[in-house]
Amino acid sequence: MENKAAGSNLVEDAQRKKTQKSWLLSTPALLVLASAASGPLLIVLVYSFISSGEYGGVVWKFSTDAWYNVVFHRDIFDGTLALADAHLIILWRSIKLSFFTTVTTLAIGFPTAYFIATRPRKTRNIWLFLITIPFWTNLLIRTFAILEVIRNEGLINIGLQTFGVIDAPIQMLYTDFAIMVGMTYVYLPLMVLPLYASMERLDFNLVEAAYDLYATRNKVLRRVIIPLVKPGIIAGSILVFIPSLGAFVTPRVLGGGKKMMLGNLIELQFGAGRNWPLGAALSITLLSIVMIALLIYVRTTQRNSDGLQ
Amino acid sequence: MDERLEIAPAESDKSLEAAIYAERVTKVFGVGKDKVLALHDVSVAIEKNEFFTLLGPSGCGKTTLLRLIAGFDHPTEGLIMLHGQDISHLPPYQRSINTVFQSYALFPHMTVAQNISFGLEMLGKPKGQIKETVGKMLALVKMEDLRNRRTDQISGGQQQRVALARALAPQPQVLLLDEPLAALDYKLRKEMQIELKRLQHETGITFIFVTHDQEEALTMSDRIAVMDAGRILQIGTPRQIYNHPIERFVADFIGSTNFLSAEVLSTGDRQARLKLSAGEEVSVELPDGMVPSGRVTAAVRPEYSQLMAESGGKGDLQGVLENIVYFGTDTHYYIRLADETMFVTRSQNQREDTETFKVGQSVGVAFKPNSVQVLRD
Repeated sequence: MENKAAGSNLVEDAQRKKTQKSWLLSTPALLVLASAASGPLLIVLVYSFISSGEYGGVVWKFSTDAWYNVVFHRDIFDGTLALADAHLIILWRSIKLSFFTTVTTLAIGFPTAYFIATRPRKTRNIWLFLITIPFWTNLLIRTFAILEVIRNEGLINIGLQTFGVIDAPIQMLYTDFAIMVGMTYVYLPLMVLPLYASMERLDFNLVEAAYDLYATRNKVLRRVIIPLVKPGIIAGSILVFIPSLGAFVTPRVLGGGKKMMLGNLIELQFGAGRNWPLGAALSITLLSIVMIALLIYVRTTQRNSDGLQ
Repeated sequence: MDERLEIAPAESDKSLEAAIYAERVTKVFGVGKDKVLALHDVSVAIEKNEFFTLLGPSGCGKTTLLRLIAGFDHPTEGLIMLHGQDISHLPPYQRSINTVFQSYALFPHMTVAQNISFGLEMLGKPKGQIKETVGKMLALVKMEDLRNRRTDQISGGQQQRVALARALAPQPQVLLLDEPLAALDYKLRKEMQIELKRLQHETGITFIFVTHDQEEALTMSDRIAVMDAGRILQIGTPRQIYNHPIERFVADFIGSTNFLSAEVLSTGDRQARLKLSAGEEVSVELPDGMVPSGRVTAAVRPEYSQLMAESGGKGDLQGVLENIVYFGTDTHYYIRLADETMFVTRSQNQREDTETFKVGQSVGVAFKPNSVQVLRD
């Protein structure tokens, strides 16, 4: 008996040593994360708490001015305080446009992913390949392509005018609509791919079983398919919503600089605005919004899965 | 022979009486080069409250026929009727037919009780009635204690019961079962066979059961349709199928059989006289409408023949005993016949028996009366 116990202890010890050492295997990943993600983030955080330099850059003196300026605006003439409503409008526009972009990509991406997932295995890869083709082109070029389509002398307006549907061109460029169209186009693959991944794993026997149990097409979609591909819907929504919030190329080109989003505002502070600390503080604000949104999501899904048990 | 009558297109009268009536159903999958003929001119009438089995090897078209009845696929030609109503092109949700899937296909995001109530909810039944029916179904399959479990937290046998309860809950006119016992271990499968018979008896619902397991088909069914290569070869009771197989495939697929080549000497009123190529002349009864001539194949089950020592008489066949295998309940004797084919005979053991035969000995085989079946080639 004693021998046996000693033997098992030896085995356990050996295993423990193994597991203790095995974290070493993840050091490359940890190093990359630390240097490429946490490091810059730390710098941004530090920058948000120091003073801005006269001609851009920073002066190494502690200051909370930047954070103050995120929310409040001091009049340059009489020094009175007011809410920085320009920032709030931009924040609101960012959230609104990102939300609608997410909804639109979902509306287009869901049937697309379903279509691909129901093709024969051989042809699925061809469809997926087609989805990824836009990634081969630079984002700026893709955005200018959209500009060509929707501008006043663009494809849509010229087309509609030629066929006599409208007399004067419809102003689409430099509106919120234009930004949304652009972001929908750019981020659509990010919605389709995770949706496809979860639909591909969907057991289509379950769909047949639901039909068999008197569920109409609508009910099958609502009661069986959507609940089962929910992880894909959520993953796709996160992947679209987060970069939409921080987007700056698309709003810059298609919004014409007048319709700013958070990304543009941040860019402005680091560029022409010459206020790096404010830019840093705005970046941290954006990050916090995203983190809070994710936290709420994680909490609710945990509660849901607990509820079933 | 009765079986043939049902295969032929029946009168309209028959189609109204039957629970499921399929007439000249053909199903083609794919187009052009990839075209596959899954069902070829299949006609069958399945009666009310019947336990009907579609039996055949994989790829014989039995599951295709089941899917056509369920409505997951639609026939390329022909029609399918449910209690006299043409349902060939109705979607699955408009047919009072439910399916127990081979993989069970339980909804993983619902509890046991939610799975069972799904069909009733879709039919728009009142809440009170749904609750009552779900309770009854849980009791029927003895799963009351696990009603709030998730479907991945119960065993395979329990999942099987939930799948059954889910399909029975909406009280369909016909229940389809697609190899539902294939994934269970031997003991559980035996239990579920009895359970299924009990459920069919208690609910009075027509069961259409698909299997490739001939033993399962023989023990459970009221009638069996044997299928191969997209056709129904024979329909009949287990007894008819086992004792009077019409075609070689049926005789071979169900149980074990000896095939003998023979020459027809004369035919009379459902009778014929054959000369076995490895033995003597025998008289056989013929199936309806069969008038054989020339060389034919005859089938004899091992247990319908008896081994005899050469000294005890000549018997119907002659040969040399090549192997003796003791199985406990019975003993199998392998005999090399005069025409070099192998013949197996089986005899029931008694406790006091001692082996009286020796390998290498010349023996005769005698058939029990009416045990030779002439096959359609």
